[in-house]
Amino acid sequence: MNSKFSTKTIVATGLGAAVFFLFFNFVKIPSPVPETNLQIAYGISCFFAAIFGPLAGFLIGFVGHALSDFISYGSPWWSWVVASGISALVVGFVSGKIAPAVEEGRFTFNEMKIFAIAAVIGNALAWLLVAPVLDIVIYAEPVSTVFLQGITAFILDAIVSCVIGIILLKAYASTKTGQGSLSRDN
Amino acid sequence: MDKKVVIEFSNFGFQYFSQSEPTLHDINLKIYEGEKILIAGPSGSGKSTLGNCINGLIPFAYKGKITGSLKVAGIETKSASLFKLSTKVGTVLQDSDGQFFGLNVGEDIAFSLENDMVPQEEMKQKVEKIAEIVDMKDHLQNDPHALSGGQKQRVSLAGVMVDDVDILLFDEPLANLDPKTGKTAIELIDQIANENRTIIIIEHRLEDVLHRSVDRIILVDEGRIIIDDTPDVVLASGILAKYGVREPLYMTAAKYAGAVITPQMHPASLDTFDVSSMKDRILSWYEANHIREKQKHLKEMLKIEDICYSYDGVKTVLNHINASVYEGEMLSIVGKNGAGKTTLASIVCGFIKPDEGRIMMDEEDLSKYTISERAEKIGIVMQNPNQMISKTMIFDEVALGLKVRNIPEEEIKKRVYDVLKICGLYEFRNWPVSALSFGQKKRVTIASILVLNPQILILDEPTAGQDYHHYSEIMEFLKTLNENGQTIIMITHDMHLMLEYTDRAIVITDGQKLADEKAFAVLCDTELTEKANLKETSLFALANKAGVSDPLGFVECFIHYDRKERENEG
Amino acid sequence: MKVKLFSYSQLDTFVHRLSGVSKLFCFLFLTTAIMLTYDIRIIVCIMILSLIMMKISKIQFKQIKTMLIYVGLFLLFNFILTYVVEPEYGVKIYGTKHVLFSIVGRYTVTQEQLFYQMTKFMKYLSVIPLGIIFVLTTNPSEFASSLNGVGVSYKICTALSLTLRYFPDVARDYTTISLAQQARGIEMSAKAKFTDRIKRVAAILIPLIMTTMDRVELISNAMDLRGYGKNKKRTWYSQKPLKTADYISMAVSLLVLIGSLYVRFYINHSMFYNPFI
Repeated sequence: MNSKFSTKTIVATGLGAAVFFLFFNFVKIPSPVPETNLQIAYGISCFFAAIFGPLAGFLIGFVGHALSDFISYGSPWWSWVVASGISALVVGFVSGKIAPAVEEGRFTFNEMKIFAIAAVIGNALAWLLVAPVLDIVIYAEPVSTVFLQGITAFILDAIVSCVIGIILLKAYASTKTGQGSLSRDN
Repeated sequence: MDKKVVIEFSNFGFQYFSQSEPTLHDINLKIYEGEKILIAGPSGSGKSTLGNCINGLIPFAYKGKITGSLKVAGIETKSASLFKLSTKVGTVLQDSDGQFFGLNVGEDIAFSLENDMVPQEEMKQKVEKIAEIVDMKDHLQNDPHALSGGQKQRVSLAGVMVDDVDILLFDEPLANLDPKTGKTAIELIDQIANENRTIIIIEHRLEDVLHRSVDRIILVDEGRIIIDDTPDVVLASGILAKYGVREPLYMTAAKYAGAVITPQMHPASLDTFDVSSMKDRILSWYEANHIREKQKHLKEMLKIEDICYSYDGVKTVLNHINASVYEGEMLSIVGKNGAGKTTLASIVCGFIKPDEGRIMMDEEDLSKYTISERAEKIGIVMQNPNQMISKTMIFDEVALGLKVRNIPEEEIKKRVYDVLKICGLYEFRNWPVSALSFGQKKRVTIASILVLNPQILILDEPTAGQDYHHYSEIMEFLKTLNENGQTIIMITHDMHLMLEYTDRAIVITDGQKLADEKAFAVLCDTELTEKANLKETSLFALANKAGVSDPLGFVECFIHYDRKERENEG
Repeated sequence: MKVKLFSYSQLDTFVHRLSGVSKLFCFLFLTTAIMLTYDIRIIVCIMILSLIMMKISKIQFKQIKTMLIYVGLFLLFNFILTYVVEPEYGVKIYGTKHVLFSIVGRYTVTQEQLFYQMTKFMKYLSVIPLGIIFVLTTNPSEFASSLNGVGVSYKICTALSLTLRYFPDVARDYTTISLAQQARGIEMSAKAKFTDRIKRVAAILIPLIMTTMDRVELISNAMDLRGYGKNKKRTWYSQKPLKTADYISMAVSLLVLIGSLYVRFYINHSMFYNPFI
């Protein structure tokens, strides 16, 4: 189901972006670092990417972030909007190793590991490379500021992507388990 | 009969890949052009699966193994495609929000034309023509959030009719509508039926569908066709209840009175139902069982005082509402969809603050409490259990509210076990929530609220989307809770629920309290039911038809008799 | 939460009448022009142009008040951060150093730094009216169709259109769920421990995602049943054909972009306009 852009993937992309946007823009969770918020949304885009693949992941982050920027700043800050897409895109590349298991109700340590590694790589690529480089190229921002922001974003978003993503994948996988070998306890 | 066969199942069977047993067995069924068919059966009977076979979702969206053959409009479905079938069969799903994906009405109706690459000019003309048929022409520019449930359903219908399909399939068209809107929907379906258009309605609310005549009823259970005959024959056979489908209330009443119903009496509709031979029986049954309930004196528990509310400061949602809730009662709040019922519940729970007025409980103004403190006094159970469940395991889900309140582990365990026992879930305590049926999940959510020991329990549409069997199961459970002293308020548009289980009903429509009286009396008041989008009970009409001098008393009598009957069964 | 996404208002002005796709192109051309320059003269020109457009499209101040506050705070933060981290960045760029006064250590205030930060401030400020015009004058349903008109895959356009369509539903689900969970005692207080906070978010997020997944299944079935994805192309009910005014607007915006690039490569020979040499 991940190879082609099926109707289900399209719908998941559309609704995923709506959820991403909702959390990105309206739900602020204070982080342990003062004056910064946890962007729960990155856990959401990574979850959808793991189930529906790279294109869905990228678009959810990209569209969700762009909409949020439009609403709050009038215009998207493209470098970070693209980076938001990239972080989930990378997770999407391993969806072939995660989605089939999850659809059958399995989310074991192995899948968890693959997911976490992809999420860390994705966020690293997004915040340590794509966002700062685009900031410098497009916006001619000073190098040190962009990397300072990039590192903070990387640490927070990588944690959120892993923690929230894993919680969601686990919960979703559990809805796929049937009655199986359960027995009643008296 | 030289009518053309449009749907033909022969020795048809189907098994989902994810399941160990086939869902449909040996289906042999012919549906002719221009027929109007009702497919009934309890949840899990396979009636929806049958529908999905006709529209092609099976086997193209839901994979599985097909045996035998199914021809729709001459096409063998398994070797066709979903797209090909979609030009023959139009499906109106029960969730009208889920299939309204356009940003406005016109766009949504045009959806399948867009997919067919119809040029814009032609598309606009077609959309306008169809919109006129379903009476939505003046709303083409409206967005879905500005429409009522009934209007959304009309748009869905227009969206499939625009394709010139010969077969229209309605999957539980009444599920999300209030009684009067449901009635209008059935009338609309009847209106678009003609000799070339075949109509199939999948629904378990038999009496409501039979508001307009159908040609055949097909009863399905455990994946097999139980009976396939005219409504008169099916109803007279008396087997419906056995298969978890509720027969019309007027028939139940006639049976209580000892009448034997034959197809010749035309029981399919109250209008055609010939009661001449049973008039005496009905009258004498009424004389024998008629008792007036004594007025009970109850202690006032919750007082809703002069509540006013508006979301935007312009449109009033609640207008000076006053009401009381008495200890130990089971009360229903009814009225039009979007009439302010849910808003009132949100105010009672403290989710939103009223613009004016206050909520008093045991002489105490509740506004000083936070939402979570208030939840220990008044608990609310949402309509959709999936909107509440956040834990994988049943025990954890029920314990959640206690855990965040930092209650000692030992006490949590005791309280959770106690409540699981009450809710009949104790033996499942170590199961994952996902292994439960919808009705059991609903009970888990009720348990997760009850565990906080609220004095009042509010349930939003406790039986929405459930068949007769699950309906009875949940309602009997709530009744037991109530008999043990739990005060219960139910927000509903299910007339049966209101009539059979609650003594008192508060009717709210357009922000006003229209009535606050005995539930059966509300449903016998034609003017009131009309205003509040309810439907008069057929018992009342039966009483009039049989010439009962006090039809209201007859309905009351039926309710008491029926409750006793059910107690004897249980 | 009462959220109506994009308070698009149906007025009949020149800007409203333009097709969504030409507005998107004008927006992209002009913002790119701003993005690729640090020449305050070009930035101010575009800003004036966009303010005129805003006037024409009858946008009220109250429609954009909250947004302006947000952006103001953001720019202020950015202004301070830039200075704190790189107080000499202007000097580095313009190659001269005119000290006005000194605060402490390496923190001196130079004309170059002020000019750089001023330009940057204007640069970010000037894209706002463009975005606002675009968002407030474009009919969302027409927008998705026009994107397809410029070659974006129609499947992506559908996804975008679904986002706009179902956002209010998702937001409503969120409100319902979060109230239900609050009633059970789950509150988002800033005082709670970090792990507790995550647990509480999960208590709302899990039911929300699970209901969303149910909805995905339902909607995609409904779309399949109405023949979605049948052909390689599709037509659009809400599409607006391009008119002369659309071509003119796009041409003007494109000229502005080309002009700004010309200035960059042939006049300034740099992204920056340097008044100090």
